[in-house]
Amino acid sequence: MLQIKNLHANVDGIEILKGINLEIKAGEVHAIMGPNGSGKSTLSKVIAGHPAYEVTEGEILFEGTNIEDLDADERARMGIFLAFQYPVEIPGVSNSMLMRQSYNAMRREHGEEELDPLEFDDYVRGKLDLVEMDPKFLDRSVNDGFSGGEKKRNEILQMAVLNPKMALLDETDSGLDIDALRIVSDGINKIKSKDKGVLLVTHYQRILNYITPDFVHVLKGGRIVKSGGKELAHQLEDQGYEEVVEAK
Amino acid sequence: MSETDALDSVVSQPYKYGFKTEVEYEEFPRGLNEDIIRMISEKKGEPEFMLEFRLKAYRNWLKMEEPTWPNVDYPPVDYNNIIYYSAPKKKPTLDSLDEVDPAILETYEKLGIPLNEQKLLQNVAVDAVFDSVSVATTFREKLAEAGVIFCSISEAVKDYPDLIKKYIGSVVPANDNFFAALNSAVFTDGSFCYIPKGVACPMELSTYFRINNEESGQFERTLIVAEEGSSVSYLEGCTAPMFSKNQLHAAVVELVALDNAEIRYSTVQNWYSGDKNGVGGIYNFVTKRGICKGVNSKISWTQVETGSAITWKYPSVILQGDNSIGEFYSVAVTNDKMQADTGTKMIHLGKNTRSTIISKGISAGESNNSYRGLVKIGKKADGARNYSVCDSMLIGDQCGAHTFPYIESANSTASIEHEATTSKIGEDQIFYLQQRGLDEENAVSLIINGFVKEVFKELPMEFAVEATKLLSIKLEGSVG
Ligand SMILES: Nc1ncnc2c1ncn2[C@@H]1O[C@H](COP(=O)(O)OP(=O)(O)O)[C@@H](O)[C@H]1O
Ligand SMILES: [Mg+2]
Repeated sequence: MLQIKNLHANVDGIEILKGINLEIKAGEVHAIMGPNGSGKSTLSKVIAGHPAYEVTEGEILFEGTNIEDLDADERARMGIFLAFQYPVEIPGVSNSMLMRQSYNAMRREHGEEELDPLEFDDYVRGKLDLVEMDPKFLDRSVNDGFSGGEKKRNEILQMAVLNPKMALLDETDSGLDIDALRIVSDGINKIKSKDKGVLLVTHYQRILNYITPDFVHVLKGGRIVKSGGKELAHQLEDQGYEEVVEAK
Repeated sequence: MSETDALDSVVSQPYKYGFKTEVEYEEFPRGLNEDIIRMISEKKGEPEFMLEFRLKAYRNWLKMEEPTWPNVDYPPVDYNNIIYYSAPKKKPTLDSLDEVDPAILETYEKLGIPLNEQKLLQNVAVDAVFDSVSVATTFREKLAEAGVIFCSISEAVKDYPDLIKKYIGSVVPANDNFFAALNSAVFTDGSFCYIPKGVACPMELSTYFRINNEESGQFERTLIVAEEGSSVSYLEGCTAPMFSKNQLHAAVVELVALDNAEIRYSTVQNWYSGDKNGVGGIYNFVTKRGICKGVNSKISWTQVETGSAITWKYPSVILQGDNSIGEFYSVAVTNDKMQADTGTKMIHLGKNTRSTIISKGISAGESNNSYRGLVKIGKKADGARNYSVCDSMLIGDQCGAHTFPYIESANSTASIEHEATTSKIGEDQIFYLQQRGLDEENAVSLIINGFVKEVFKELPMEFAVEATKLLSIKLEGSVG
């Protein structure tokens, strides 16, 4: 589904990603772990097509198509979704209006009829339960004045609404208390399926107790320095990045 | 396409109202002197007091200096090279549309303001002002049933001289400022509304101003009087053709609210703003002021300023009656070389008077957008309260946003709160929305619509739709 080959990327002329290779197949969950500043968010933003990051070498294929020249919105409409580590606030734009516009943009892309506000309301209310969110969040401005945890839940709500093929979850677990972590993880588990890929970025193994990864990769200094199965996460938790990575 | 290009194409839309209507004009010679003023007054068949009012204003004006304190820059205006009276030749009797020049009716159709009552929105009465004169006022009979007077100010001067004599210049004195004095001397038309005691005006009233003649200035005058316990919502819209010359628009609007009366005044200003290089466009130098004369009265100004080469405008409220309320909601959009210096004055005189100011400035291109506001609390205004929010949004890095809030308080029991923010449309906001599948242009217009929402929700329904459309005309464009 997603193939990343020898990916190098710069921001402001500084090379952050230094040759990433990764393949995610439908139905797989890949966890990317690594210390702060190792390039995890950069990797997810580059995949999503953030204009500030420049790909200098290598390629990203999504369902066999090279997406290098596609804008972020085109990639999104192909089915790539990024749950942001720091979701931005958009004052005055209601959450439900944004989700309706997004959802209708996806539907148009697939030649489907757009939903009118009433139809969409029915649809979105059905998704609220997945992340145990109060309907009042639909009318509030996007992320405006949301707590850290509410923002993260809202990201997963959007994901549930848009139903992407490939989900990039950037530290969705950080800032969540244990109950919220369980709710959000349950939500993700319900959304994921055998025809979807998940890239789960985290630097704690905590969330991996709820969402079982098929593969775990350790990112350091812009490179994947170690890959393994889910047991690698436990090893990292027990021994720390330094030791695990040095011991290769 | 780069982000800046997308922003550019989103905010730089061609002006859709720039056509000129071919009509035959009756014009006075260029220039300004007492003879011209006498001619205007005579042409309009005015009573003597009106001519006196004009001449006094003119003599004051001669002694006045054009203000230089606004944060705008323009070459000197030659006041003797302007045509002060210009009217379509075919003089209609205002009771019948049959006698209005078809070219003019067509103009209003094209502008989306059909004057034919059958086609009009059922709950909006329109006074259409074309260059110097009112060409039609709709729904007069229906309004008359409720006792509401809605007519051109020229007619009002003749038909209701007592009301005019009592109120004209009572809020904006003829010598108030340079442009108000000029207007008082040469105003040619405008609208008059009178809402009798206890009447809630049964429909929205609106005036649609159109400048068509390249050489003439537009000097209209609006007077709205709301008697005790009455209420009215008034809308004002304006457009002009694209000319490479600048036209002067110097209007005066006066509002009077008596005990328990309420006036809502909304403007969507879309005068031609000149081309990319700043050639042409309207100089919009306007004095708008309301007085909450009675207790518990309320005046609310809502303005959406999207046009004009230069805007100089401070709709204000004098809060004289105890417990009266003044509100100012404003969105000012500037692009290319446009300059806007706009804001409000809230003058608290009565006890427990309250005012709210919400100003949203959007600057793009190489434009300059200034908010200038005064909150003044008089000695006797015990318990007066003001709350002001002034937000600026910058698009690109060649434009400017400025805030000049002035506060003068002579009463220690007053409370004044002022908040101001400046933000740039962020790459990260746009990326976030694009990541959700919206294209760049939609993303930008969604962010801007969110930014102005607090103000747009104050507009009457019909206008909110028009204003949103107008904003998206300015904001939509072919990406690329
Ligand atoms: N816009 C930027 N300008 C300069 N450096 C950046 C920028 N964005 C990220 N970086 C740098 O890139 C590195 C990787 O950042 P990031 O991908 O956010 O790490 P992580 O998500 O793994 O904590 C860090 O050293 C960070 O400072
Ligand atoms: Mg990160």
